[in-house]
Amino acid sequence: MIALVAVMGVGLGLTGCKPKSPINGESTSAASGSAAEEVYVAPGEKDDYYLFTSGGFSGQLGVYGLPSGRMLRQIPIFSQHAENGWGYSEESKPMLMTSYGFIPWDDSHHPKLSQTEGKQDGRWLFINGNNTPRIARIDLKTFRTVEIIEIPNSSGNHSSPFPTENTEYVVAGTRFAVPMGDNRDVAINTYKENFKGMISYISVDKESGHMDVAFQILLPGFDYDLSHAGKGPSHGWSFFTTYNTEESHTMKEVNASQRDKDFLTAINWKLAEQLVAEGKFEEYGGRPYYVNRWDEATHSAVSTQKTGTKVLDASKYPGLVYFLPCPKSPHGVDVNPTGEFIVASGKLAATLPVFQFSKIQEAIANNDFDGDVNGIPILKYESVIAGEVAKPGLGPLHTEFDDKGFAYTSMFVSSEIVKWNVATREVVDRIPTYYSIGHLCVPAGDSKNPTGKYVIALNKITKDRYLPTGPELTQSAQLIDISGDKMRMLLDFPTIGEPHYAQACPASLLTENQVRIYPIEENNHPYAAKGEKETSVERKGNEVHIKMTTIRSHFAPDNIEGIKVGDKVYWHITNLEQDWDIPHGFAVQGAANSELLVMPGETATLLWEPKEAGVVSFYCSDFCSALHQEMQGYVRVSPANSNVPLTWSLNQTAE
Amino acid sequence: MQKITQILGILILGFILQSCSGSGTTTENTTTPVGKPDAEEGGAPDASGKVSPDYAIKEVELTIPLEAGMVEEGKTISEMKCTSCHSLAENRLVGPGWKGITTRRKPEWIMNMITNVDMMLAEDEEAQKMLEECLVRMPNQNITVAESRSILEFMRHNDGVQ
Repeated sequence: MIALVAVMGVGLGLTGCKPKSPINGESTSAASGSAAEEVYVAPGEKDDYYLFTSGGFSGQLGVYGLPSGRMLRQIPIFSQHAENGWGYSEESKPMLMTSYGFIPWDDSHHPKLSQTEGKQDGRWLFINGNNTPRIARIDLKTFRTVEIIEIPNSSGNHSSPFPTENTEYVVAGTRFAVPMGDNRDVAINTYKENFKGMISYISVDKESGHMDVAFQILLPGFDYDLSHAGKGPSHGWSFFTTYNTEESHTMKEVNASQRDKDFLTAINWKLAEQLVAEGKFEEYGGRPYYVNRWDEATHSAVSTQKTGTKVLDASKYPGLVYFLPCPKSPHGVDVNPTGEFIVASGKLAATLPVFQFSKIQEAIANNDFDGDVNGIPILKYESVIAGEVAKPGLGPLHTEFDDKGFAYTSMFVSSEIVKWNVATREVVDRIPTYYSIGHLCVPAGDSKNPTGKYVIALNKITKDRYLPTGPELTQSAQLIDISGDKMRMLLDFPTIGEPHYAQACPASLLTENQVRIYPIEENNHPYAAKGEKETSVERKGNEVHIKMTTIRSHFAPDNIEGIKVGDKVYWHITNLEQDWDIPHGFAVQGAANSELLVMPGETATLLWEPKEAGVVSFYCSDFCSALHQEMQGYVRVSPANSNVPLTWSLNQTAE
Repeated sequence: MQKITQILGILILGFILQSCSGSGTTTENTTTPVGKPDAEEGGAPDASGKVSPDYAIKEVELTIPLEAGMVEEGKTISEMKCTSCHSLAENRLVGPGWKGITTRRKPEWIMNMITNVDMMLAEDEEAQKMLEECLVRMPNQNITVAESRSILEFMRHNDGVQ
């Protein structure tokens, strides 16, 4: 075991080492001559696919076009984003509220597109926040984060969000077991006694998309790492890779890698639904959690604090949870398009196990058990396995599927993608990746109808692949053609943060539904000024509310006097434009937060607290017209005790 | 009161077609005038082969007296979407003042300009002259043909029509 860790360490250190290519017997590292044409999207033309990559430790989401690899947008989710005021504007601050207060950062890992009947439906994208356990929902009509729910009784929300076949639920699991309940102040070395795992099922309303904690399943204190939901015959079940079945709490690198087999945890969530409906749950009080929702009518978020969840103790309900032995410290678990085969990647294992759903059901029916953990049955490995992919490569992590019955598995240590036949479990091709691939993505490759043109490698290390930029280098992805027998490297392209998982879909699934403007008539923001006639400046004690409008190219009002040191000044900016791609920016000197970027028809608010007397300028920060440089105004700040009356004006001398 | 006979159905259809073909042209260029617009007979190629503007709104029937409801609606929409840049007097703010506009311009021209500004700035010589003077493209304010008719009614009211 220790030797293996050492090998991994060396592999990481020498990322330049090229994996052998035993199948091809030839180098597959260089892009072939036609690759440039295949990824070239001419100026003015559009890409065929959207690619959504997790922003990793940036907390955001990257949006790219494929095959060009051109970056289109960065969607702010869990982290404040000064570029457009996300998490700085008064309207968006509530989106980042949690039971720990305002949290301006998270670590986003696994984007997942919503599905209906196991197929991409183009409605929403879900993504987990790993650190302060949360799940966000992005509306794919606006490419905006519209909801963030905090997950109570959880820690290290890694096995998330992985929606069920009809997006009935998204899930959240504890990668880090923690003490649950009221007494959480316990000695760490009481791990085996006090630390528990919890898998949460978060319901998603079919119409509104609103999320809520439906129920939670209490499990032994293992590490629940990754997940996928069943589909087709396996619909109604979720699978979670489970490591640290040793239940160690220190030097896990060694101590959680002792056993040759850990588990794949299979949860019958349909049964869980039934048990909850029958009232067979415990009410957990515990810490509160937040649900933050964006309202497009008011252009504002509302935070709601909730307390209490419905918990099912897995050890008390036969049939709810089973453990399937799984080779060594499994990481990814992926379900093939038919829903019959489940691939779990033992990252320290020499083989890749392929479980078969019908065999799992048979083994359950026959009580084909190999002991239990706290009353949760362990199924016999030989009874539930369809077979193993022998010697696939080193450090298998994740698998996606194409439309021809092939699977593609990422190999972290040997830094390659291995293509194998799901039916025969024979390896048919392999291609090196640069370097140390983590996740991989076939557009719709996790659904019932995968595509078969590309696989995208999401790499952990770039090292010598790009122009150097000091100690901190770009993150990257690679586009690989899978349409033929042999995989072909087409393109390297940089990404933001650390790209963990990614999702891709045909562009046509989203382009038709894009929102271009927010109709000003429907703006229900309490401080909206729907026309210059409604602009005003109002004082309420030391609060000053400025209702201001923007249009190419002036603010109304643009001269304000009577502000005093110590005031809290709220700039409510309504963009009167009703044309696509005409946002206005708002920046005021000395603002301790950020700028605002206000979309057509939207109202957004910046809080400004002037600290000294004088005249300060404000301006539009997004070039909007030939007279953009003239889109500017002044605000006069007087001492706290001054008698300067509150006045505001626009074009006063001309009237 | 006289019946207002608008050909709104046709107008709206025309507007939709224009909207589809006219998207994505909101660049900041001051375009060089092209072709000779012909407000009456749009769409036919001129001598150089250039297609002259195919105005979506070809005919507007004006009535007297003004319809009070339309004047009121036009005023409301104008205050929300227009008067940031257009004064009701003769002076120019960002764009030209509205006083006298209904005598200077044909009603069809006004409504085309309001509802299909991108096409007008690309193809109509008079609109292009205004852009060269004002240098800020008049925004597409997402106004329907019916709403533009109300704005026209409000403009006529502003010009003293009873």
